[in-house]
Amino acid sequence: MVTVYIDGKSYQVDGQQNMLDACLSLGMDLPYFCWHPAMHSVGACRQCAVKQFKDENDKKGKIVMACMTPAAEGTRISIKDPEAVEFRGRVIEWLMLNHPHDCPVCDEGGECHLQDMTVMTGHVYRRTRFKKRTHKNQYLGPFVNHEMNRCIQCYRCVRFYNDYAGGRDFGVFAAHDSVYFGRHEDGVLESEFSGNLVEVCPTGVFTDRVFKKQYTRKWDLQTAPSICVHCSLGCNIIPGERYGALRRIRNRYNGEVNGYFICDRGRYGFEFVNSPMRIREPYLLSGEGTDTRKTLKEGEVLSALKAVIEGAKGIIGIGSPRASLEANYLLQKLVGPENFYSGASKTESGVVGQMLSVLSDGPVRTPSLREAANADAVFVLGEDVPNTAPMLGLALRQAVRHRPVERVTSELKIPRWNDYAIREAIQEEKGPLFIASVTGGRLDSIASGVFHAAPDDIARLGFRVAQALSPNAPVAGGHFEADALSFAERAAKALREAKRPLVVSGAGTRSSAVLQAAANIAWALWEDNRNAALSLVAPECNSLGLALIGGHDISGAVRAVEEGRADTVIILENDPFDRLDMPGAESLLRARQVIVLDYLPTHSIDRLQAAAAAGARVVLPAAPFAEGSGTLVSSEGRAQRFYKVFSGPGERSAESWRWLRDLLLELGRPGSEALFSLDEVLSAMGREFPALGGAVKAGPPSDYRIKGMKIPRQPHRYSGRTAIRAALDVHEPKPPEDADSPLSFSMEGYEGQPPAPLTARFWAPGWNSVQSVNKFQGHVGGHMKGGDSGIRLIEPAKAKETHYFTDIPGPFVPRDDEFFVVPLHHVFGSERLSAMSSGIAELMPSPYIALNDSDAELRSLTDGGEARVELGSFASFRLPIRLDAFMPRGVAGFPFGLPGLHGAVLPAWGKITAVKQT
Amino acid sequence: MKGKKLLGMFSILKTLWVVFLHLFKRKVTVLYPEEKPYIPPRWRGRIILSRDPDGAERCVACYLCAAACPVDCISLQATEDEYGRRYPEFFRINFSRCIFCGYCEEACPTYAIQLTTDFEMSEYNRQNLVYEKEDLLISGTGKYHGYNFYKVAGLSIKGKEKGEGENELPPVDVKGLMP
Amino acid sequence: MSQTVIHLIMVFGVLGVMMSIAAGLIWVERRLLGLWQDRYGPNRVGPLGMLQPLADVIKILAKEDWVPPFADRPVFTLAPAIVVITVLLVFAVMPFAPGIVVADLNIGVLYFLAMSSLGVYSVALGGWASGNKYSLIGALRASAQMISYEVFMGLSIMGVVMMSGSFDLRRIVEAQRGLWYIVPQFIGFAVFLVAGVAETHRLPFDLPEAESELVAGFHSEYSGMKFGLFFVGEYLGITLISMLITTLFLGGWYGPVLPPVVWFFIKTFFFIGFFILLRAALPRPRYDQLIRIGWKLMLPLSLLNIVVTGGIMLAAR
Repeated sequence: MVTVYIDGKSYQVDGQQNMLDACLSLGMDLPYFCWHPAMHSVGACRQCAVKQFKDENDKKGKIVMACMTPAAEGTRISIKDPEAVEFRGRVIEWLMLNHPHDCPVCDEGGECHLQDMTVMTGHVYRRTRFKKRTHKNQYLGPFVNHEMNRCIQCYRCVRFYNDYAGGRDFGVFAAHDSVYFGRHEDGVLESEFSGNLVEVCPTGVFTDRVFKKQYTRKWDLQTAPSICVHCSLGCNIIPGERYGALRRIRNRYNGEVNGYFICDRGRYGFEFVNSPMRIREPYLLSGEGTDTRKTLKEGEVLSALKAVIEGAKGIIGIGSPRASLEANYLLQKLVGPENFYSGASKTESGVVGQMLSVLSDGPVRTPSLREAANADAVFVLGEDVPNTAPMLGLALRQAVRHRPVERVTSELKIPRWNDYAIREAIQEEKGPLFIASVTGGRLDSIASGVFHAAPDDIARLGFRVAQALSPNAPVAGGHFEADALSFAERAAKALREAKRPLVVSGAGTRSSAVLQAAANIAWALWEDNRNAALSLVAPECNSLGLALIGGHDISGAVRAVEEGRADTVIILENDPFDRLDMPGAESLLRARQVIVLDYLPTHSIDRLQAAAAAGARVVLPAAPFAEGSGTLVSSEGRAQRFYKVFSGPGERSAESWRWLRDLLLELGRPGSEALFSLDEVLSAMGREFPALGGAVKAGPPSDYRIKGMKIPRQPHRYSGRTAIRAALDVHEPKPPEDADSPLSFSMEGYEGQPPAPLTARFWAPGWNSVQSVNKFQGHVGGHMKGGDSGIRLIEPAKAKETHYFTDIPGPFVPRDDEFFVVPLHHVFGSERLSAMSSGIAELMPSPYIALNDSDAELRSLTDGGEARVELGSFASFRLPIRLDAFMPRGVAGFPFGLPGLHGAVLPAWGKITAVKQT
Repeated sequence: MKGKKLLGMFSILKTLWVVFLHLFKRKVTVLYPEEKPYIPPRWRGRIILSRDPDGAERCVACYLCAAACPVDCISLQATEDEYGRRYPEFFRINFSRCIFCGYCEEACPTYAIQLTTDFEMSEYNRQNLVYEKEDLLISGTGKYHGYNFYKVAGLSIKGKEKGEGENELPPVDVKGLMP
Repeated sequence: MSQTVIHLIMVFGVLGVMMSIAAGLIWVERRLLGLWQDRYGPNRVGPLGMLQPLADVIKILAKEDWVPPFADRPVFTLAPAIVVITVLLVFAVMPFAPGIVVADLNIGVLYFLAMSSLGVYSVALGGWASGNKYSLIGALRASAQMISYEVFMGLSIMGVVMMSGSFDLRRIVEAQRGLWYIVPQFIGFAVFLVAGVAETHRLPFDLPEAESELVAGFHSEYSGMKFGLFFVGEYLGITLISMLITTLFLGGWYGPVLPPVVWFFIKTFFFIGFFILLRAALPRPRYDQLIRIGWKLMLPLSLLNIVVTGGIMLAAR
């Protein structure tokens, strides 16, 4: 700790930061533009000028930039010094010279850093009489809108897009007062993090193009803390609602998880919530065809459900890795543990189970994203991280800079926050990142070594690396190519030398062997280095949570129906057609009675509608994440609560757990009356599953109050309360009550800062923009005051020795007549819900089958030509061929989860033949 | 002191007498429906939405009136035409809540929302006091003539490309080499 | 006609006349206040706005009969009735004219004092049952005010009683055939007038309501006809006090030319007008001032009055 003096008062700061950082961390207001806590200082905008004094006798002082002044012992600065104040005012004045008169029509207005800083410095009047320079705008894709006139040349966009997120299609053009930030020509921004430009840009140059279609000011959005459901990382988000529709997603800072950024899948994947196809009311299907669909009225639903349950000879429940813990738990409670199926395919649930046992039985800890970004050597085994867990990819991009940054800061004594100097010093130098994957990926360009192979070979490589790291690890026998051996040697060396090595793998290849190999590497590292970490990417947002509850895989459910052990199936937010092959799904749905809880019509519901059945089929409207509350467990093992943002139109949809609770109550099951509130469900679950005991602490209990008040979901300036519904009825109803959380559906309540899990928006007096997050952090860029949200449920076993996996697969042998078809993931398209968003649908690839060039040549398949892909005897697809030089021989890549590609259970051997053009 | 207090009693009696004499004074009441009062031009009465001199809607749906409204009786939704000109998709004022404070007019950056001299808007049914955009929009410029927001804003709209606004230079040629 | 029928006619006649006067006073008061404030007052409903009470009654009856959920329901409902009943009961002993009296009670004055003491229950219970702190403060004020002012209200009439030698109101009027008691009992008259204003908690002594500080005090939570009853009670109270002043100090029905009952009402309405003038003209004293005036000025004055009256009477004997 060092002592610094600000305006004559002494303060204790940790001495590692610059004065701007120090001032903001101490809660002071100092304007700035180019500095960003995640991207550090470049001293470009000259806005954070303060006066620095040599010692207490120095009355003259000199003007310095706070962001470029180290917080060294005895540093004396003055923020309030009149010259510094005037200097900052003048800086704003010239930044505003060319800023257009746009605020009323600018989407940044009301949450604009430039507005806040202008008000803070007191600039009110444009004195210059010269004309304003103008710029033409570019089309940057469906996510980001460009309005270049508003630019104040702070360079934050390029520093984020290129330097931080590794984008390569964005830059700065021209010179002096006409600098231009954009692409070399109109076109879609390539980076999957482009949406962050909206939050990074201090003014309205980059704004949310999706939000723009139905624009609403920040102060009019009803918001609640939430968790992204589009991948397993559990990024914290703030969804905003207006007029009964979800309007946008903003990042919610969580120092341990996503920090300042989220990916475009998370930011723009929300539109399914507003889909006109949404199931809005419960209905009963009897007989055949859609015309038999009978909407159930308020009082009829539970009795219909009760009739179904009581008329059942055997009930099975199919859970879902994308449904909340509460919903899965209550379904398990309703049908009994022996009849509960996790709803993941056999392969997937095997892989997730493997993942859970590796993390909870092994000695190595799974890192948070912040810790992952701090790793100094990374080995990615089999996982296409930028596509399956984009934010982990972003963390790895920071991790590769770690080693060179450490070298530069220690050798050249450049402070860590001096970003430009550090970048100049390290140039293109990268720390160790080794990637073994099926095919090329976006991280390959920054990797120290890349190895492409079939999943089994990747696993073998991993075992080989583990073998090189520890003599206790099992020996990987069999033949290895020379390049594989040298890759393994180099990777093992880099990991061994690292202080904080990280192994990344996941369910992407759906291969347990790969996971076991990754575990072996991490465990081998752990023997010498207790800082070793193992990050495993789960398939879906609550895969790990569901694995903690347990349940058989879905193929057992098919058998139960086929063998007549069950005649009633309850499907929870799941589509068996995504998890099973066609015949399996069909026979599951042939159960006499089916209850489906979902928010969107699935292939299964279509099937139920089309097919005749003897018994009743009930479809219940479930609530998607923004319309309900619940808890999810991320791939870090972090249980995080998401809160209901708004009630959807019609207000008949409810969280799945609420439907199941009502059903349990209706059936009068013993103990069900003690499962009424969310808190009660969670604590009952904690009693039944000790591993999930922490989940109840993921957020404060529903009776939590601050000064006796709830926390409002609406900002204090929320407008139109008395007019929104006036067109329907001039008499205003009471706002809905929320018994399940400490949040209220109104603007009344506690106005200060709630604890992190309840932070529904970032706002502080004078700080209307997203930069107000500074005021919510204990230290700028650090953790939230009072701790980040989420509770880690999975911690490693305190093992003395490790039990390595020894089941090493043999080398992959290509077959002559068949290909090994593996899933290839896409950030846009491979996740079912986000794929319904217009922008993501526009950017997702059209279906294809990827093959190695030489494989294709052998079978006379040509790039772009049509191929028939047959997986087993049931699934057949006609897909265009895409040649991919990185694909291993004998392996074909099949795009995972693209809409319309049902019934492909991967990986599997399949035949690929050319379709003759007729 | 005591004497003064006793004398004070007579001031009470005097008060009573003076007030009693008011029985014969002229009444100041304006008997409204028969007798029309004078309404000053800056009277804060029924709210309207005006048009700019070109005849297009002045409102750019910036939400500032709604934010300024102390009784939250204004609600609207922004939308855009194909050229990027923003306007309200709907604009609703619940006059049964309005207190005619005029904050919305003060907040309006485009002179779109204006308060007029009309105050005779009683209804038997409260529902009829909910005014939609078509009820609010007038065909003229209202109190402020000549102002056209899009002429001074940097945004391009139909008929005004980048750099064609008042006090604007033509767009920068990013690929030019001239200093 | 049998005696019973005459009695019934008398009872309902008095009841009807009193209720009509109370209702009419709504219009009279508003109109007079208007005139004294250079306005017109209600002048739209009917000729000169005289149907205003009717409109008010229709409005007040059509209002939702709202009892707050936190109120003590039975007491809350009972309270407004008490004020009207107690005041109405006093009219039973009021001699309007020779022969026009419901009950010629020989302790009429004591009966009046007893009934007006009961009236305070209405305010105290109403305020307490509302479950509202302002109402409770209003009720407490009313109680303290009533107790304070009742003491010398009774004492102030004692001079009259001593001079007439009777508690019977008819006998008191008859004793004034020669000289109205306002002359020998002027102090008693003045004290009774002030006490009467306080007793009906009319302005300037309306501290139990004090809308500017207590948001209507004891009847904050009342609306509809319950509130209406408090209102009627207040107007009945004004009428009662005016009639008592007429009876006790102004010779009741005595007067030249006109029939006795007309004289009685002329005198009564003069005082009603005076009450309204007080409201139009005088500001409200502070609460401590009110109590101080009562105990430190009015009580000694009324005691003095009794001593002097008694002394003179003894001397004269």
